[in-house]
Amino acid sequence: MAGDTEMAVIAHDPSMPTQTHAEVTRDVVRTITEAPTRGYYILVGTMAFLTAVLLGTVTLLLKHGLGLAGYAPPIMWSVYITTFVFWVGIGHAGTLISAILFLFRSPWRTAVYRATEAMTVFAVMTAALFPIIHIGRQWIFYWLIPYPNARYLWPNFKSPLLWDVFAISTYLTVSSTFLMVGLVPDIAAVRDHVSGWRKKLYGALSLGWTGADSQWRHYTRAYLYLAALAAPLVLSVHSVVSWDFAVSIVPGWHGTIFAPYFVAGAIYSGIGMTFTLLIPLRKMLRVEHMITDYHFDNLSKLTLFTGTILFYAYAMEYFVAWYSGSTYEQTAFWRRAFGPNWWAGWAMIICNAFVSQLLWFKKIRTNLTALFVISIFINIGMWFERYVIVVSSLANDYLPNAWGQINPTWADWLVLLGSFGWFGLWFTLFYKNFPIVAIQEIKEMIPMPRKKTHGGGH
Amino acid sequence: MAKHVPGVLGSFEHIDAACDAIRELKSSGHPDLTVYSAAPNHELEDAIGDPISPVRLFTLIGGVTGTTAGFSLAIWMSRDWPLLVGGKPIAAIPAFVVIGFELTILLGAISTIAAIFILSARKSLAGRPYHPRFSDDRIGVFVPCGADRAADVQQLLERHGSVEVSRDA
Repeated sequence: MAGDTEMAVIAHDPSMPTQTHAEVTRDVVRTITEAPTRGYYILVGTMAFLTAVLLGTVTLLLKHGLGLAGYAPPIMWSVYITTFVFWVGIGHAGTLISAILFLFRSPWRTAVYRATEAMTVFAVMTAALFPIIHIGRQWIFYWLIPYPNARYLWPNFKSPLLWDVFAISTYLTVSSTFLMVGLVPDIAAVRDHVSGWRKKLYGALSLGWTGADSQWRHYTRAYLYLAALAAPLVLSVHSVVSWDFAVSIVPGWHGTIFAPYFVAGAIYSGIGMTFTLLIPLRKMLRVEHMITDYHFDNLSKLTLFTGTILFYAYAMEYFVAWYSGSTYEQTAFWRRAFGPNWWAGWAMIICNAFVSQLLWFKKIRTNLTALFVISIFINIGMWFERYVIVVSSLANDYLPNAWGQINPTWADWLVLLGSFGWFGLWFTLFYKNFPIVAIQEIKEMIPMPRKKTHGGGH
Repeated sequence: MAKHVPGVLGSFEHIDAACDAIRELKSSGHPDLTVYSAAPNHELEDAIGDPISPVRLFTLIGGVTGTTAGFSLAIWMSRDWPLLVGGKPIAAIPAFVVIGFELTILLGAISTIAAIFILSARKSLAGRPYHPRFSDDRIGVFVPCGADRAADVQQLLERHGSVEVSRDA
């Protein structure tokens, strides 16, 4: 019978959820209503402590200035800008999965997109702190915004740094609204299956959603257009971040390859962070049947793809430096590999270009312990990539008598550590209070039961 | 409190049954149905037969406004304080593409979100009955009607396989 064949095909499709509609609601609502474990409280406590460390260090920076963080000529961009680029990059995987794969109709994105989209929003929230910390006179950061002021001045629209203000603030706004729009029907489903204060809270947050046809009609179209807007946005954001460097004439920064190189690196680092977060999370929330090996296998292929682009970009950077015949360019790259910071240069190449090549093997792609370990290498490697780009070029530009050495201090490291606390605090609070797997989109994939046994429909 | 809308509410387990019922209700003079479902579904959309949502118009207008605003902002502000650097034009269009692009996305997205609120509010759902299972695994079909037609509607819903029907007319 046609219906049987259809069902048999579905049974073999690993992207297909195995549950019924009611089971999906039940399993996801359980992750919210289940009492938090002791471990969860310890996790939240640790993240809150690290956030306090961040706030404390930033307060000291406000009081004493950036000298506390070892800022000295010629290296006026260092750990904070490195960390800014690192966190913006993390965000990119989320939007790739939630928007770009939505437009490509990739069925495997559904189970993991909510977690990665939340990761995006919190990573961009973390990243946005860093330019403000970095500018020194943090209390006048709003001078970056073009508004009519008593100084009769406007910001310089030819500066890539101002482009970045527009790119990052647009990205933060659009990715958080995209997350919230996706959440509304799911929050309504939670509202209908909880009681007491939770019912009131989720009732208010669901904005009167009932799943009526008059709501779906506009919602589904709007979601499509939001995805269509978010897709080019995500590519533009890291391109603009790369132009912060590439538009200057500093050796090692002034490369046309920078925009695609940064976008690939961003997605690569973001999927790395996705592994770091999701592998323990699916176990803690007991959603292993929803986020399966199949999803990790696909995420790994994406990591392999972007990792290989990075491999090419690294090789091309060195090749172009040699081929350019420019002494300055050649010196910059020689010093990356054999200068005083050689360890950072090699950490980036090994962790990103080489470690990602392990993912050619299916055994590794489906071994979650291996993936978790690889993800840690990716996180470290991608931080070092930005460190190498930011610091090594500034340390050695055209005049050898103006060369300098980076000297990070405790204030650099505590802010970096604290940023993980700030990000982690938002993420841990989110996953225990909101549906971490998209209820509505998973249900959309499961065929609804039919009265007539034959196939048909869509 | 919203005014209560009298009518009949049917609840379906099967998608094909719900679609058949909707089609028959539409053809028998009940255009103003409310169909609840936990997820969007193309079969239901076809049965309901509403035209494509005008959200795209909002997105387009928002996007075009953003592009215009981005370029005019950058050009006007640069000319308002003309500072000549390196002999480059004061209003340097290539440099302003980023601002124009980002504001296109920003205003396009904001107006798309606004569209969901504005367009959904055009049809008030106040006073129409709802059941929590509609966000779970059932499809709800609410037919607003007076007491005179309630019995016919109830019979129609049951005939198509509605598993639960409540009458409040």
